[in-house]
Amino acid sequence: MVQVLQILEPGQIPDPHEGETDIAIGIDLGTTNSVVAICSKNTTEVIKDEDGGALVPSVVAYAPDGSAIVGELAKRVLLSRPDSVVGSIKRLMGRGPKDLKSLGGQLPYDLAPQGDDDSQLVRLNVGGHTLTPIEISADILRALRERAEQHISAVIKKAVITVPAYFDDAQRTATKDAARLAGLDVLRLVNEPTAAALAYGLDKSAEGMYVVFDLGGGTFDVSLLRMQKGVFQVLATGGDAALGGDDFDHAIADCFLQQRHAQVGEETLSSGDVKVALMTARLAKECLTQTQSGEWMLTIGEQTTRHSLDLAAFNDLIAADVKRTVKICHEVLTEAGFDAEDISGVVLVGGSTRVPLVRQAVADYFGCEPLADIDPDQVVAVGAALQAEALTVGSDTLLLDITPLSLGLETMGGLVEKVIARNTPIPVAKAQEFTTFKDGQTAMAIHVVQGERELVDQNRSLARFNLTGIPPMAAGAAHIRVTFQVDADGLLTVSAAEDTSGIEQHVEVKPTYGLSEDEMTKMLYDSMANAQDDMQLRLLTEARVEAERAMNAVTSALQADCRLLSVEEREAIGEKMDALHHVLKSQDRDVINSAAEQLDVATRIFAEKRMDKGIRDALTGVDVETLSD
Amino acid sequence: MKPCWSCKGPVKISALFCPTCGAVQGPAAVSHFQRLGFELSFDVDIKRLDQMYFDLQRQLHPDRFAGKSPKEKALSQQQATALNDAYETLKDPLRRADYMVHLKGVDVLPEGCNLVVDQSILIEAMEMREQLSAVETLADLNDIAKHSKAEIDKVISDLSAAFGGQDYEAASKLTTRLKYLQKMMGEVRHVRARLMT
Repeated sequence: MVQVLQILEPGQIPDPHEGETDIAIGIDLGTTNSVVAICSKNTTEVIKDEDGGALVPSVVAYAPDGSAIVGELAKRVLLSRPDSVVGSIKRLMGRGPKDLKSLGGQLPYDLAPQGDDDSQLVRLNVGGHTLTPIEISADILRALRERAEQHISAVIKKAVITVPAYFDDAQRTATKDAARLAGLDVLRLVNEPTAAALAYGLDKSAEGMYVVFDLGGGTFDVSLLRMQKGVFQVLATGGDAALGGDDFDHAIADCFLQQRHAQVGEETLSSGDVKVALMTARLAKECLTQTQSGEWMLTIGEQTTRHSLDLAAFNDLIAADVKRTVKICHEVLTEAGFDAEDISGVVLVGGSTRVPLVRQAVADYFGCEPLADIDPDQVVAVGAALQAEALTVGSDTLLLDITPLSLGLETMGGLVEKVIARNTPIPVAKAQEFTTFKDGQTAMAIHVVQGERELVDQNRSLARFNLTGIPPMAAGAAHIRVTFQVDADGLLTVSAAEDTSGIEQHVEVKPTYGLSEDEMTKMLYDSMANAQDDMQLRLLTEARVEAERAMNAVTSALQADCRLLSVEEREAIGEKMDALHHVLKSQDRDVINSAAEQLDVATRIFAEKRMDKGIRDALTGVDVETLSD
Repeated sequence: MKPCWSCKGPVKISALFCPTCGAVQGPAAVSHFQRLGFELSFDVDIKRLDQMYFDLQRQLHPDRFAGKSPKEKALSQQQATALNDAYETLKDPLRRADYMVHLKGVDVLPEGCNLVVDQSILIEAMEMREQLSAVETLADLNDIAKHSKAEIDKVISDLSAAFGGQDYEAASKLTTRLKYLQKMMGEVRHVRARLMT
C-alpha cells in the first residue's frame, strides 16, 4: 500500500516524451517572404541565416529530381531558369484557376490541366512536375522548420502558423494541410494582425482600441482590437485576400511592359518573361520607398529596354489600391460602431507598409502617426512564437478572435442564407434545421458558401455536403439538424443528425478548392517515406497522453477518497497503475491502451463508492432545492 | 451531481472543473445569464459582463488546452462556444431582449414578417425608409442617424421598464420595434458609404 502511493505521486510519473523537444515554433508564412521565430522563457528570437537575414523569400525552385530549393537561392535561379521556380504561392492557396491575375495576357504560372474530379484546386507545372500550392507551401514550411532545427539542434514537430485574418476556410485548410505535409503539428492558426497585436501589446502593455493595418505581399487585413490587461479581443476585421504589394508590382510591370511595347513592338511573353518583369518591378518599388526616382532595365529575350519612374508616377499607379485599403478601414470601424478618433493607436504590419503613400494614407485617415517600431516584416512571426510558447508552456494572455466572413448555405433560387455572421467570436456553433421535400427522400445536398453577398455565385464556394441515410418518411416529416462549428483555428466542421430518429447522418465533404482526405493521405505517403511512421507516432503519443491523464485522475481520486477502499481494493488498483506505468514507454500503443482499459475496469467500484459518498455529502444539511445544482 | 468523465468522482452539474482531478467538464445546460453569473434581468452591466466573460474564457478557452488529450480539447471547445454564445446574446440589447421574451414564452416575429400586428411599427419603418432614400447630403443623413439613435436609446429604457414590470407583451412589441430601428441604422451605414464615394 505504501509503495502504491509512492508510485502515484504525480511528480514521479516520468515524462513519456523524453528525447523529443516540446518546443513549438512560430511561422509567418508570407506571400513574398516567410519568417520563423522561437520563443523561450518570454524571450523571442527571430531565426536568421549565416548572413543575418531573417526573411526567407517564399520562392521555391524545383530540380529535375523533384527536390526543392527554398529562399534566396531559389530567387537566384529565377533569372536563369524561370520555369522551374515559383513564387507568391500563398495567393493560390485554396484558389482555382479563375482567381489568378494575369499580366500582359500571361499568367506568371504555368497551369496544369484540371483533373477530372470535382475539385477546382489549381495545379501548377513547375520544372517538369505537377504540384498543388499546398505541396509548394509545404516545401517552404519544411525549409523554415529545418532552419529552426539547425538553430536549436533538435527535432521540431509543433508550430503556430499565421494566416491573414481575411483568409477563408479553404485557404486556412490549405495552410494546415501544407503544415501536415511538412511534418508539423499545427497548435493553432493565428490571424496575422492578432499575432502582431500580441507582439505589440505585450511589448508596450498597451490598453485601449487598436487597429492593426497589415498590408503584405498578397493580402490586406485590418483588425480592430480591444486590448486590456492581457486580453486581446478582436472586435471586427476586414480586408481583401487578394490585395497587396504584389499588386503594386503588377501595376509597375504593366507600365514598364507598355513602355516596352512602344519601343520594341509586339512580342509574345512566356510565363518566365512575366516573372522577370515582375521582379524588375519589385526592385523599382523597393527603390522608390527610399528615393524619388530611378531607372531600371528589363531584359526579355535578347532585347533590353530602359524604364524610368519617379515617386509621383508610382503613387499614381497605386493610388486606387491604397484608397481601397483606407475604405476598408473605414468600413471595419463603422460596422463596429467606432470612429477614427476612438482609436488609441495604429500598428503597421507587412513589408508593403514601407511604401510612403501607404503610410501617409494611414496617418491621414486615423489622424495619428502609426506605430512601426517592431520590424513590420518580423512582427507577425514574433507574435506567432509568443503564442506558440503560450500554448505549450502556458500564459496569462488571452486571444479572443472572430470569424472574418459570414458562413451561409445555398437556398432556393441561388440565394444565400447566413448561418454564422462575420465578426462572431470563435469558437462558435450554430445549428440549422432542414426537412425533406419529397416522400421517402433519403439524401440531401447542401452547399456551404462564405462571404457577404446575397447570391451564391458572388460568394466563395467552400464545400458541398451530401447528407445520406435519412430514414424514409413523408415529405417534411424528417427534421435534419445540421451543426456548423468553427473552431479556434477558424476552421469549419459540419455534423448532422435526424432529430425524430436520432440517427447521425454521414457527412461527405467535397471541398471546392481543396484536397480530399484520400488525396491528402496519398500526398503524405508520397512526400515522406516515413509518413506511415509519423502517423503511428501520433497515435502512440495520443495513447500516452490519454494514459497519463487516466493515471493522474486515479491518483487524485485516491488522494481524496482512498479511505473508501479496502486494502485489497487499493492493492488491486495499485497493481493496474503499476502495470500501466510500466508500459507507458512501450512503442506499442495497443499495449498502453489495453493497460489503460484494465485500470479503468479496476477503478469502477471505486468510482461508484465515490459517487455514493458525493451524493451523501451533498444531502447532509442541504435542502432539496439546491440538489439540482 | 454527475460523475466526472475523467476520474469518475462526483461533480456538481454546473462545475467547470472536477474538484478532485481538475479535469475540465462539459458545459452545463443553463441559461446565458446563469452561464455568465448574472441574474435574469434586462439591465446588464456591460463592464461586469466583459469581466466575467474574460475570466471564464481565461480558464476555458481552447488555447489553455493545446497540449491536453483530445477529449479535454473537445470539452474546452464546447465550453468556449457556449460562453461566446452567452456573451454575444447578453452584450447586445436587441439579442438580449429577444432571448428574454423567448425565455418567457413570448416569441418575437422575425423582422420583415407580414404578420406584425402593430401597424404603427410598420408605418414608422416605412416612413424612415422613405426619408433615407431621399437623403442627398451627409448632414441630412446625420440627422436621421441621430434621430434613430435617440429612438433606440428610448426603446432600450422602455424595455428595461417593461421587463422590470414583467410586462412581456409590451417587451415583445418593443423588441420588434428595436429590430426595425437597428435595421435602419444598418441602412444608414450603407447610405453613408454610398455618399462618401
